[in-house]
Amino acid sequence: MSLAWKELVRRPGRFAVAGSALTLLVVLLLLLGGLLDGLFLGSTGAIRAQEGDVFVYSDTARDSFLRSRIGPDLRRTIEGTDGVGATGGLGVALLGGRTPGVDETLDVAVIGYERPPRGVPAPPRPGTGWADRRLADDGVRAGDVVAVGPAGVPVEVLGFVSDTSYLLQGALWVEPATWRAVQSSARPDASVADGVFQVIVVTAEGVPSGELASRIDAATGGRTSSLTKDEAILSLPGTREQNGVFTALIGVTLFVAGLVSALFFALVTLERTPLYATLKAIGAGSGRLLLGVVLQALAVASGAVLIGGAITLGLAEVIPAAIPVQLEPSRSVASAVLVVVTGALGGLVSLRRIVRVDPATAIA
Amino acid sequence: MEAVRKVYRSGDAEVVALDHADLVVGDHEMVTLVGPSGSGKTTLLSIAGGLLSATGGRVVVGGKDVSNLDPRQLTRFRQSEVGFVFQAVNLVPFLTARENLTVVGELAGRPRKATAARADRLLGELGLGPRAGNLAGQLSGGERQRVAIGRALMNEPKLVLVDEPTSALDTKLGESVMELLRAEITGRGVAAVVVTHDARMAHFTDRTVEIVDGRLQA
Repeated sequence: MSLAWKELVRRPGRFAVAGSALTLLVVLLLLLGGLLDGLFLGSTGAIRAQEGDVFVYSDTARDSFLRSRIGPDLRRTIEGTDGVGATGGLGVALLGGRTPGVDETLDVAVIGYERPPRGVPAPPRPGTGWADRRLADDGVRAGDVVAVGPAGVPVEVLGFVSDTSYLLQGALWVEPATWRAVQSSARPDASVADGVFQVIVVTAEGVPSGELASRIDAATGGRTSSLTKDEAILSLPGTREQNGVFTALIGVTLFVAGLVSALFFALVTLERTPLYATLKAIGAGSGRLLLGVVLQALAVASGAVLIGGAITLGLAEVIPAAIPVQLEPSRSVASAVLVVVTGALGGLVSLRRIVRVDPATAIA
Repeated sequence: MEAVRKVYRSGDAEVVALDHADLVVGDHEMVTLVGPSGSGKTTLLSIAGGLLSATGGRVVVGGKDVSNLDPRQLTRFRQSEVGFVFQAVNLVPFLTARENLTVVGELAGRPRKATAARADRLLGELGLGPRAGNLAGQLSGGERQRVAIGRALMNEPKLVLVDEPTSALDTKLGESVMELLRAEITGRGVAAVVVTHDARMAHFTDRTVEIVDGRLQA
């Protein structure tokens, strides 16, 4: 093993090509993961923050907030279902907003709520709201009045909350009447009556979420479509497709990383055949030689992860805020581990070639 | 070696590389094996050193019968009983002179301190003490040859096999290498077989054996 290490330390240039390629692949992998997480977290914050377990939509809504309507009668049936604990109404309106001091129109998700989600205070007084930090990044300040929708319904910003955006739009958390006023002024054809919400968020009591969802739909005679929290998150427009595409891209990138490692060390092993013959002649076993190759593959992959990680962190600082890259520690660490593992597996590809090296060729 | 045969099969054809070779080399004895190209010298050397298995016959080195060892056992045999000096020297280019010796002990799993001490002693005896820390590529041709001899002696072998030690050297340098081999090897109670096609070097050894078409000449 020290033989392999000495070669690494004394001939680093030999590994530069593979190391550089792997470093670039690590940067790509981390950025893809960052984009996936940035898009996912930016789209789903408002749903992930909800304290409930089951999201109940109307059956004709096809699991879309914007198409769903749950009235008081249906809500009473939901609340009367065995296993239902606390409930809270939720509604979303996606609109433009303007505020003094900000030239461009803001993309705002006005969310009317009853039960406070994680990190959001209780519903404020009418005409006021808690703004997601995404709106602060757009230039909104506490105390600003955001004129929402074509009618310019005024909503005063009381303060900021984090990680509550909806479909990459900054949320403005308001009490239900304010939301209904905004919705009705912007979309008279889709106005919302008093007591009506788009979704009822339900806390399960003593029953698994999936089972409760089925119970609620049965109790309402099929007039509702109930989803667990995870299902509700994935039902947001584009989320499932986005996850699928990025996961595929990440998988392909990892495969290419393994391929780069395998090809490089296969070539290096081929070049080293005379050296391996000599080492075998003086007493090296195939296992020891293979271990040396795997060690080198691990070291090159690890170096690529460290350098690629540093480059990615630097890039993340300069990438414009409009590009939603969010480097989550758990995914970044997982990606790093996978690169190192696939790199090592790439080294293992040389096993057959090493075993076939004939020590007798050292005497030729 | 007793009636050792090595036969290669190529389709229906048979090539007899070594034909009933009988050879005894005593402790302290250095034997030259001469013969033209393709005569079987390398095959004999490879079988004696456990790099090849014989098709038939018996091979005993240092009292140990190695005729029917499996590849793993042959590796262990080479780690402890045999030293090689290759024609092309074959030092590991990214190791120093000392490390080219200590790698033998490392491969055999010997204690690091004892291995390092032996390497330094051998290098000193070979006149390479000041060059021990130089990479193989920084050594002259003669220095590399001496490191190769040191490497062959690292594991205190019973048998040293030397393949064409003077093929790339002029007469004067070739003679000094043969003198060195003689001094270093025979002084240690080690048997040695030196393969060469250069009959001028034969007088450095105790006796000469000729091989022609795979057969040792009486």
